[in-house]
Amino acid sequence: MSTITKTQDKNIIARFLTMNTSKEAGGRDVPLWRQILLQLLTLIIAAEVMFPIMYIITLAFSSKTTRPSALELIPQELSLTAFQQVLDRPTANPVTFTQLLTNSFLLSVGVGLVSLLVAVTAAYAFSRFKFKMRQVLMVLVFIPLLMPAVGLATPLYLLMNSFRVMDCGNGATALSPLMSCAEGAAGKVVFNLRDSLLGVGIAMIAGALPFAVWNLKGYLDTIPAELEEAGAIDGANPNQIFFLIVLPLAIPQLAVTFFLGFIGHWQEFALSWLFLSKPESYTLAMTLYNMTGQYANAIPWNRFAAMAIIVALPVAITYLALQKYIAGGLTTGAVKG
Amino acid sequence: MATVTAPMTNKRRTDLRKAILPYLYLVPAFAVMAVITFYPLIYQLIVSFTDFQTKDLRFGLASPELNFIGLKNYIDILTGGLPVQNFEFFRVLVFNFWWALTNVMVHVPAGVVIAVLLNTQGLWFRKIYRAIYILPVVIPPIVVATVWRNIFDEQYGAMNQFLTAVAQFFGSADPVHIRWLTEFTPPIPWLLPTGPLPLAYYAMMIANFWLGWPFMTVVATGALQSIPKDLYEAASIDGATGFQQFWNITVPLIRPAMIPAAVYGFTTSFNLFAFVFFMTGGGPARSTEILVTFAYDLVRNLRLFGAAAAFSVFIFFVALVVFLITNRVTRATESFTEA
Repeated sequence: MSTITKTQDKNIIARFLTMNTSKEAGGRDVPLWRQILLQLLTLIIAAEVMFPIMYIITLAFSSKTTRPSALELIPQELSLTAFQQVLDRPTANPVTFTQLLTNSFLLSVGVGLVSLLVAVTAAYAFSRFKFKMRQVLMVLVFIPLLMPAVGLATPLYLLMNSFRVMDCGNGATALSPLMSCAEGAAGKVVFNLRDSLLGVGIAMIAGALPFAVWNLKGYLDTIPAELEEAGAIDGANPNQIFFLIVLPLAIPQLAVTFFLGFIGHWQEFALSWLFLSKPESYTLAMTLYNMTGQYANAIPWNRFAAMAIIVALPVAITYLALQKYIAGGLTTGAVKG
Repeated sequence: MATVTAPMTNKRRTDLRKAILPYLYLVPAFAVMAVITFYPLIYQLIVSFTDFQTKDLRFGLASPELNFIGLKNYIDILTGGLPVQNFEFFRVLVFNFWWALTNVMVHVPAGVVIAVLLNTQGLWFRKIYRAIYILPVVIPPIVVATVWRNIFDEQYGAMNQFLTAVAQFFGSADPVHIRWLTEFTPPIPWLLPTGPLPLAYYAMMIANFWLGWPFMTVVATGALQSIPKDLYEAASIDGATGFQQFWNITVPLIRPAMIPAAVYGFTTSFNLFAFVFFMTGGGPARSTEILVTFAYDLVRNLRLFGAAAAFSVFIFFVALVVFLITNRVTRATESFTEA
C-alpha cells in the first residue's frame, strides 16, 4: 500500500492533523500535530524568556508605589510616574539623574575610548611585526587578562588612595605622595584620586587595556595582508601603511572593540562601588544596586523597575545594533571573565 | 669615499629603524600598563606579605605600623585563620567550580536543544521566536541579577506569587512563602559534600539559566546552519530516526563550535562577580560565595588589605589552572576538527 491511499483511508480529522504546515519549499513536511507540538514548546520557552521582562515592564509602568501583592505580567496601565520620579530624584541623596547619567557615560565611553587608542598600535605590532621578545611581551599582556577585575582591586585601591591633594590649613597645599604637610599637621584632603571618577577610570583601564590589545590583535589578524604588501611595493613606509591602509580598514573592528568596552564598563560595578564614596560621583549601576534588596527598604518597586529599564536600554540597543559583529568579538576575547 | 659610505649609513639607519619600529608601536600600551597594570600586580604581591589595614592607608607601604608577616596571610587563608566568620577556602573553591560547571552543564544542552527546535524547517513564527530568545543576551547581567533578586523576594517576589497562583489552581489556599535567598538548610543535603547548597544556589541557577542558555543557542544556531542538509536526507533515506540523526549528525558536527562556547561560559560563570554579588551577596552565611566575591568582601567591607592581596594571588593561580585546562580542551577540539 502506498502512502497516498493510506491517507485517503483515514477520516477527515486525521487528514487535517497530518497536513503539511511547512511553507518552505523543498523542506521536509511538518504535519499539523507536529507543528502544534513545536509551537507549544517554543511558546513555553518564549514565556520563560518574557517572564522577568514582562514583570519588570508591568512594574515600571504602574503608578502603584506599594510593593506588588499579586503577580501581574501584563501592564494594567501606562503610567510614567515611576520614570518621572526616577528622573527627578533617583536616590535619597541630593544628586540629579543627569549627574548619574553623565558619570556613567564619562566612565564607560572614556574607558572604552582611551583603552582603544592606547591599545591599537600595540595590537598592530603584535599582529604584523616579527621582533625579538614578541612571545614574551605577548604573554606579559596576557597575564593581567587571567586576573578577574576584582583581583586587581586591592593594589589599585591602595595606589590611587596615595594620590591626594591636601590643604594643610596655612594656605599651603601638598601633593601626596610626593609632599606631605608639615610635621604634626594632618591636613584636610581636598582631592583623593581614589575617590574620583578619574581614579576609577584609570583603575578600569588597567584591566580594559590588555583586553583591548588582545582583542584587537585577534581582529587585525583577520585582515588580509595583501593590501599592506601592495602598499609596501608602492613605496609606503611602515607608518604610512599603518595609518593610511590598516587603520581605515580596521575601523569596524575598532568600533566593535570600543562598543564592547562601553557595554562592559557601563555596567561596571565592583571598582566604582569600592572606590567612590561621594554620592555625586555615583554611577547608574551603583544606584540600581542601592535600589535592590536590603538597601531598598524605602524604594517603591515601580521606581526600581523603571531604573532597571533605564540602565538596560543603552546596552540592549548597542548590542542589538551590533549583534552580528559582537558574537565574533566575544569568542575572540573569550578568556576575560 | 664619502659617496660610498653615505648610502651605507642610510641603509643602516633604515635597518635600525625597522628593528626598533615594533617597539615604538608597543610603547604607548606598555608605558600605560607598566604604571597601572604591572606595577599594581607587583604591589599586590608585596602587600600580600604584610598586615596592611585601614590605619596604614595614609602612608601606604611606608606606614610605621605596617608589619611584614611573611606567608601568614596565605597560611591563614588556607587554614581558615582569617578573622572572618563562615569562611573555608576549599569550600568556597569547590563551590566556585561546582557553580561554573553545573551552569555550563545546564546551559549548553538546553541551548543546543532549543537551537535545534528553532531550526526546524517550516516552524511558524520562527523569526519572532528568534528575536525573543536573543533578549537575555542583550540585557546587562547586573540588571538581570537585581531583577531576579526582587523576583525571589520572600514576601513580594514574583516567584512566590507565581507558585501561590499555581497552588491555588490545585486547590491550596495558603500563600507560598519560600525563603529563597535566606533559607540555609540545603534541600538536597548530600549533593556537595564540602559544603551546603542552600536554596539560594538553586535560585541563582534558575536566574543564571535564564541568562545563560540564549548565548549557547546563538552559537549553536550558527553551527547548525553550516551543516549540509543532504546529510539529514541521506540519513532519513537510510531509516535513521530524528533522535538518531540528532545524536549521530548534529551533535558531532556542532561540537567544535560548542566546546569553545562552553569554555567561555565556564570562565564567565566562574568569575560572575556582579551576578552573585547582586543576587545573594554570597549569603546566606557565605554559602554561595565565589572566590571573586569573597576577595571583594575582604577589601570593601572587612578592609583586610593584606589578606585580600594574598587572596587575589590565589585567585590568579586558580585562574591560571582553569585557563591551562580550558585551553587544553579547546586545543584538543581544534586538532579534532582538523583531523
